[in-house]
Amino acid sequence: MIRRIVLMAALAALSQSALAKDWTKIRFATEGAYPPFNMTAPDGSVQGFDVDIANALCQQMQAECTWVKQEWDGMIPALMGRKFDAIAASMSITEDRKKKVDFSDKYYATPLGLVAPAGSALRPELTSLKGKRIGVQRGTVADNFATRFWANDGIELVRYAKQEEVYLDLAAGRLDATWVDALEAEGGFLTKPAGKDYAFAGQTIFGRNAEEKAVIGEGVGIAVRKKDTELKAKINKALAEIRANGTYDTLRKKYFAQDIYGE
Amino acid sequence: MMDWHIIVDSLPQYVDGLWLTVQLTVLSLLAGLVLAIPFAVARISANPLLAKPVWVFTYFFRGTPMLIQLLLIYYGLGQFEWIQQQWQDGSRFWLVFREPYGCALVTFALNTCAYTTEILAGALRATPHGEIEAAQACGMSRATMLRRILIPGALRRALPAYSNEAIFMLHGTAIASTITLVDLTGVARNVYSQHFAPFEAFLFAGFIYLLLTFGLVGLFRLAERRWLAHLQPRKAVKDAA
Repeated sequence: MIRRIVLMAALAALSQSALAKDWTKIRFATEGAYPPFNMTAPDGSVQGFDVDIANALCQQMQAECTWVKQEWDGMIPALMGRKFDAIAASMSITEDRKKKVDFSDKYYATPLGLVAPAGSALRPELTSLKGKRIGVQRGTVADNFATRFWANDGIELVRYAKQEEVYLDLAAGRLDATWVDALEAEGGFLTKPAGKDYAFAGQTIFGRNAEEKAVIGEGVGIAVRKKDTELKAKINKALAEIRANGTYDTLRKKYFAQDIYGE
Repeated sequence: MMDWHIIVDSLPQYVDGLWLTVQLTVLSLLAGLVLAIPFAVARISANPLLAKPVWVFTYFFRGTPMLIQLLLIYYGLGQFEWIQQQWQDGSRFWLVFREPYGCALVTFALNTCAYTTEILAGALRATPHGEIEAAQACGMSRATMLRRILIPGALRRALPAYSNEAIFMLHGTAIASTITLVDLTGVARNVYSQHFAPFEAFLFAGFIYLLLTFGLVGLFRLAERRWLAHLQPRKAVKDAA
């Protein structure tokens, strides 16, 4: 009897480790509220650039991928808590996040931009933003940037759970501007009817000095748990392949006119 | 495993969050209670023109989740161009609804007012007939009777039920963080997303809520000892003598 239990336990452990290692099934998570990178369709499914890229990677890896929707601010804890295996949610590769999770190579790079009513004289600089109410999505690179460089100097930072809520409040006149991923703002707001009276105020930036560059990070990657090095390697390999075979560009053209990969 | 340095580092934020939570709770409870007294009197009135509107009000606010009410008032109202125009024109009244603080206070006050109205209306209905007859025998007018007998008696009787409502309200203010307010829960959410440490961030916030709850329970116990003294178990004869 005991021998049987031990045997079964050993078998179970074996099959589990086998399952964990071959990565034929991958659970991806995204937020579904960050158009055009990820958004929720009326039927509840997720779509967008992040989703298309991850699906293309899965096809390349011959893996079966399923999607989980997860609130942005709980994304990394949920990954570490094994709620899913990878995050494809426009997550920038930053030093802070690298302490907790591992990232694939970047699949695009995006600057930050200040979105304000068209013709606004605001600029993404400390002196220009003093006394203004600036909306950011909590836990994003824009939030980290504003918290680090602006929040202690008389700029009122208002944090939201979703970027869509920031746009709502900007349109309602509760905010002076939003500090946000520029491609997100372009595709998710400025080119939509709701954003027609708004524009970037000043230049969009990738980081004007080493300090800013460190906060903004090197681009956007797919996050995996630190111990899943094999999955990370597979994703990187597949990413290089879809970049080479033209799939990446086809998908990119669906959403963006110009190249967004960066150099 | 647990990293309490995160909490120590963000302690000043927690203090600010605590202060906001206390403000929201106390102000909304006060406003709700003050409004609830006339509403409760109207609610038990024989005149349907007084009773029905109050019934509709309490029915709506008790029948829908407070989160929905808050989102309606904050994001919903902000969508109307007419209201945006009022904000630009600087209308004092409508500007309250531009600020998340104002929206939260109004929502919480109306919500607790609805529940308190029903609690007080129940307590008013439970007034012993003898008290009313005695008041009539003394020749009190209806208004005097309300002021001297009915309302003070109802407030006393409502105390135990009301203490529950106050605690619900304290916990209910946690949803203020969904409209950008940085109350205790808002601080916990910020700390959580900055350090990816859900356990520490929320456990500490929960601990503070627990202390606040104990504080409220203690206050209501003191209040009951004072105003419901006639309902306390009789003390030993030695004390009485």
